[in-house]
Amino acid sequence: MRPSDRLLIALLLAGLAAEACWLHAAWRQREVDGHRAAAAIVRRLGLTDLALFTEARYTRHPTQADRFAPFQDHPGALEHFPSGSVVGPPVAR
Amino acid sequence: MTPGSWLERQRSLLDYTLSSLARRPAKNLALVTVYALVVFAVASGLFLGEALRAEATAALQGAPDVVVQRLQAGRHDLIAAGEVERLAAIRGVERAVGRRWGYLYRPSSRANLTVMVPERFWGGDGEAVIGEGVARVEQVGVGETLRLEASSGESFDVKVREVLPPGTALFTTDLLLLSEASFLRLFGGGPDRFTDIALQVPNAREISKVAEKVLQLLPGSRAITRLEMARTYQSIFDWRGGLVMALLSTALLAFALVAWDKAAGLSAEERREIGILKAIGWDVSDVLLVKLQEGAVISGAAFTLGAVGAYLHVFLGSAGLFAPVLEGWSTLAPRLHLTPAIDGLQLATLFFLTVVPYTAATVVPAWRSATADPDAVMR
Repeated sequence: MRPSDRLLIALLLAGLAAEACWLHAAWRQREVDGHRAAAAIVRRLGLTDLALFTEARYTRHPTQADRFAPFQDHPGALEHFPSGSVVGPPVAR
Repeated sequence: MTPGSWLERQRSLLDYTLSSLARRPAKNLALVTVYALVVFAVASGLFLGEALRAEATAALQGAPDVVVQRLQAGRHDLIAAGEVERLAAIRGVERAVGRRWGYLYRPSSRANLTVMVPERFWGGDGEAVIGEGVARVEQVGVGETLRLEASSGESFDVKVREVLPPGTALFTTDLLLLSEASFLRLFGGGPDRFTDIALQVPNAREISKVAEKVLQLLPGSRAITRLEMARTYQSIFDWRGGLVMALLSTALLAFALVAWDKAAGLSAEERREIGILKAIGWDVSDVLLVKLQEGAVISGAAFTLGAVGAYLHVFLGSAGLFAPVLEGWSTLAPRLHLTPAIDGLQLATLFFLTVVPYTAATVVPAWRSATADPDAVMR
């Protein structure tokens, strides 16, 4: 087999892998019907936030936190949680 | 030249390119591996950020239009039940609902739970509906009991009626849903006080006006609109995406240096090879084509491996490698079941930032060697 034939086979396999990802994405979107399950429970329970960080009030519910979170214990308090360095302050508009 | 002979010529050149690559397997394999890892890291960040953003945007459409909090000395405080009717009377408000929710720290599992009373709880008194994360860290299932320590000091059991579907974990993983009576038993307090009040405003254009009226009616309170919630998450994802990109850009730059060094500076052996090819009658264009193919094969392979690997990592592996970053200090974090949302433009940008510069960088030095006198190059 010539090297270019092997490359052609590799290209076909790469194409198939990309196609498989594409099909998987389409299947997952159809299976969960987009984001309908999450949207339904958010509506039903009146949720306001993502449960990504559960270690502190202001990381669990950033939208409901005090205006001066995370420095809510006393002014100038040091940030306690690593997530605070990942979650930035909301942009004032 | 007939199309058939042209094609055969290209194939022969490709054969030569691949044989040339195979002569230096360790070097090229190492390059493809590092290259693919860089693409994998950047693409994983892109996929995860985009999927979370899409999930948040879609689901938070169902969040309350306005949430009214009472502030006491600048901090969130309970609000009197009598305010529900006053707020419901504001023109444009269809419904006002008093909500009860709070946090419960569980020393046994060291997890913080969010305890809520749904407006229409579908269980009975003494029953609980829990998120998949709570079931995991507390090791309880449907039909089993969960012992709760009330603020009064007494302990009582609630029976798990249902575990919320894992597909909703991004929003519900730490939830403990109770009846109103169980909630009041757990935290104390009377039925005349709510945690906050959610308002439903059917006309989206009236939401900001309603929020203004709320502040007139209840000075010192805080009205958080759905737009503000969406904006908070928008800024979180922008910030995080920017942070990830800032961290990864150093890796990308380091790789760019290595790749540029590798691609731009031809080794003496490679220069000699080009000289021999020229001496036996190859055109400059043939030499350039071979070098271009070399760059395209390496960067194409690395990009495909990196991008497909990133897809598998984020959407089948629940972004496991990023989990420590996402979890922070929390004991209870959602198992991500993300719905793929891929921004084609971002992926195309990544492609053009990685594949095109590398391929181009291989051509310039080859052109320089190929245009020089073969005798001088081989010497």
